[in-house]
Amino acid sequence: MSGSAAVGVYETVIGLEVHVQLSTQSKMFCGCACTFGAPPNTLTCPVCLGLPGALPVLNRKAVELGVRAALVLNCTVRPESRFHRKNYYYPDIPKDYQISQYQYTGHPPLATDGALALEAGGGTRRVGIRRVHLEEDTGKLVHAGGRSLVDYNRSGMPLMEIVSEPDLRSPEEARLFLTRLRAVLQYAGVTTGRMEEGTLRCDANVSLREPGGPHGIRTEIKNMNSLRSVERALRFEEARQRDLVARGAAVVQETRHWDEARGLTFSSREKEEAQDYRYFPEPDLLPVCVDAAWIERIRRDIPELPEARRRRFVETHGLPEHDAGLLTETRPMAEFFEETVRLFGHPKTVANWLVGDIAAYMNAAGVEIEEIAVRPAALAGLLTLIDRGTISGRSAKEVLDEMLRTGRTADEIVRERGLVQISDTDELARLVDAAIAENPGPVGDVKAGKDRAVTFLVGQVMKKSRGRANPEMVNRLLRDRIGAS
Amino acid sequence: MTGPHPASPADRPAWDLRACYRRGELSPSEVVDAVLRRIEAVEPQVRAYLYLDADAARREAAQWDRAAGAEDAPPLAGVPVALKDNLCTRGVPTTAGSRILEGFRPPYDATVVTRLRRAGAIVLGKTNCDEFAMGSSTENSAFGPTRNPWDPDRVPGGSSGGSAAAVAAGEATLALGSDTGGSIREPGAFCGVVGLKPTYGRVSRYGLIAFASSLDQIGPLAQDVRDAALLLREIAGRDPADATSAEVEVPDYPTLLTGRVAGLRLGVVREFLEGGLDPGVADAVGEAIRALERSGARRVDVSLPHAPYALPAYYIVAPAEASSNLARYAGVLYGHRTAQATDLIGMYARTRNEGFGAEVKRRIMLGTYALSAGYYDAFYLRAQRVRELIRREFVQALEDVDVLVGPVSPTPAFPLGERVEDPLEMYLADVFTVPLNLAGLPGVSVPCGFAGDLPIGLQIAGRAFGEATVLNTAYALERALAAPARRPRVVAAAERRSSPA
Ligand SMILES: [Zn+2]
Repeated sequence: MSGSAAVGVYETVIGLEVHVQLSTQSKMFCGCACTFGAPPNTLTCPVCLGLPGALPVLNRKAVELGVRAALVLNCTVRPESRFHRKNYYYPDIPKDYQISQYQYTGHPPLATDGALALEAGGGTRRVGIRRVHLEEDTGKLVHAGGRSLVDYNRSGMPLMEIVSEPDLRSPEEARLFLTRLRAVLQYAGVTTGRMEEGTLRCDANVSLREPGGPHGIRTEIKNMNSLRSVERALRFEEARQRDLVARGAAVVQETRHWDEARGLTFSSREKEEAQDYRYFPEPDLLPVCVDAAWIERIRRDIPELPEARRRRFVETHGLPEHDAGLLTETRPMAEFFEETVRLFGHPKTVANWLVGDIAAYMNAAGVEIEEIAVRPAALAGLLTLIDRGTISGRSAKEVLDEMLRTGRTADEIVRERGLVQISDTDELARLVDAAIAENPGPVGDVKAGKDRAVTFLVGQVMKKSRGRANPEMVNRLLRDRIGAS
Repeated sequence: MTGPHPASPADRPAWDLRACYRRGELSPSEVVDAVLRRIEAVEPQVRAYLYLDADAARREAAQWDRAAGAEDAPPLAGVPVALKDNLCTRGVPTTAGSRILEGFRPPYDATVVTRLRRAGAIVLGKTNCDEFAMGSSTENSAFGPTRNPWDPDRVPGGSSGGSAAAVAAGEATLALGSDTGGSIREPGAFCGVVGLKPTYGRVSRYGLIAFASSLDQIGPLAQDVRDAALLLREIAGRDPADATSAEVEVPDYPTLLTGRVAGLRLGVVREFLEGGLDPGVADAVGEAIRALERSGARRVDVSLPHAPYALPAYYIVAPAEASSNLARYAGVLYGHRTAQATDLIGMYARTRNEGFGAEVKRRIMLGTYALSAGYYDAFYLRAQRVRELIRREFVQALEDVDVLVGPVSPTPAFPLGERVEDPLEMYLADVFTVPLNLAGLPGVSVPCGFAGDLPIGLQIAGRAFGEATVLNTAYALERALAAPARRPRVVAAAERRSSPA
């Protein structure tokens, strides 16, 4: 962070606007399926194509998931909310208006005034949730060969927007909030929350202020496509604003896009305030009424949340707090863990591999657990081979590495590479004898009682066996032979 | 019609055709042929249709020839109907009277069309209307005006002018129109046929090309009240595809037509009889009220002081919704696209400039303005408050009376071209019909006499979902008046030409 001491007293103020795609079977206002990756314009009908005469009908399940999200975010669910039309022209929006819940006097959104707790720096921070509302997604423009094409598969997909209060004070905290929010929503079954598929999208408002003082001019940051890029983009923007302030220059209220490749935000040169969306209540839909009984039914159906699952992992699987925390950070990770344990048992072993080698691989490759080539059954297969002594722990790391790269099973790899552990005494004895003959010095050390030399000799045998020798048997054989000679 | 002339099958109401099919006196093919002959004879003058598929109609009729007389035949088996061209019909051109939708063939049927087909109706074609149903004379159609069968120099009313003229001239037995501010009732009155605007939510709007979503309703145009009741029964009812369609049971409207109005409290709306009323209209309406009184109805004078504010409120709310509903006609997915544009904004601007007519542009601009930041509260929000006042006033008045009556329009059909240059004058044609759209209440226009050679209509309004009472009052009037049947001038002329006696 650059700037003089005077600039240092400014604090960073960040608020997030998060869009998630709700995990419904069908779109927000029609019966078309919500499937990712279908051929262009195959998931469409008169309604989501905005054909003349077609009318929207609200998907009850979307309301239910919205209420569910509101409940896990401790929001007040409004007994009646309304949809509005946001009018603007663009080819990806077939009606040239978007149906959305817009807040103005007398028409609150689905839910308001919630909070999400963050564990940070040893304490718990409460980040306010200003509002939760529902809206429909737009289609997607595809530019190809000098032409612009539109894919309307995404048109009408159910979205929920969650707007946080500007309670976040650093890019790290923003990332933590987003991670936590995603986990809670995933656990509640509200969304798959996959940024790379666009089922979770995040914009941020960033400004500086003197602590306790009024908010400074804010910029809106868009186009952040991963948790990592959220943190990077905000870090850049924070530094940029601090630099401006340090130089006595003004921060301009504007929308800025994050350029992942260049690692910077740039002004999108959209004129703020220039757009008049001419919001008015959507006359084709009735108000959304959510009564207390419905809220109770929805509350009862909320699946186990991350906090509860973390506690369960500690209590029933005996995992250390730290591991349990990491394993419950996303719902897919927790489910991966539980499924592997179901197939293999030994929860602690499973946890070690997941928070160790597999997490390291995910970090390095920048992928999520559901994207890696290894599924729980495959991991259980690998762990079984170790457990039976078929392969050594050292070979296992090598095998896992190839499994992650190729998606092949441990059995296949072990067989093909001849990695089956050598536990045959005659064969091992030959290797041990050769090592003793080649290393008279260390052998003498062993005889002189220097135990460390045994380790060296075991290493030599392992090398000769290309890691396949059973290390415990080698150790025993070495001691026997040297002692006997 | 039970007039003295030997009725052509083209002039018989649907309920009568059904009876004839039962008795084996007529076949759907004979009826369709008679209607097609009539179309051939009068259409050069009337121009009610934008699209007609005679071959398909004959084929469908032939399919009904054996079954239409059966006891269990569906209610509209073998009955030829016409559809206003703002109702989507699968694979059949649907333009809403606009250049911007020229050549558009929807991939789906409107719910009412599906219901009509299921009821056995034969769809003849699509009728002319003001562009996107915006108008009161059908002169705003991009494809030329329809003319009034009673006087071809006059308008048939609008926006459902094609449907009303088609029924009046025997070019269809029944027709569907849509009514946003009077677009069924006013042409019904001008053409001397029965036109019903149902309660908002009574009939599914799915597949009706939207003008103003909170006001639009589809309804029947028919030769008599019984036919209107029959057609309403077939199209009414909850539709899961329209969230605003109501979950209210559909009565068997035709069987509820008793013609008895003894003790019925007839609310005569003072504001509807004041100032600017054509004397011919005032006379016919006054006579109709007296006829109902003679039948036993009790006259109660009613004042609706907010009614005069309906027209200004309507001309905020309807254009506001229209400005949003019509945004999709931008040349992207369907309809007209300009050949001239080099960029996106240019494509939008030119497409819409080329595709929309003057009245549609006027209303889009009005509505856009009314919804704009800084004007929203003063216009849209205030208009919605006025609307609510009017609704409450009507609902309250209808607690003390059973129906409200008055003229449909201040004048009979006016000459073609008379008001095209003066939109405000044109808007006044709907001054009595608009309040019911704002209030969401049902209203029927029923012929109640003539001013010279021009038919006059009485408007009868009722409580929400009280169509049965409204229709029964109209039916009582129809029977009480029992005027010697007159024939529209173009029909009489065509009959004379075809039978050189
Ligand atoms: Zn769809």
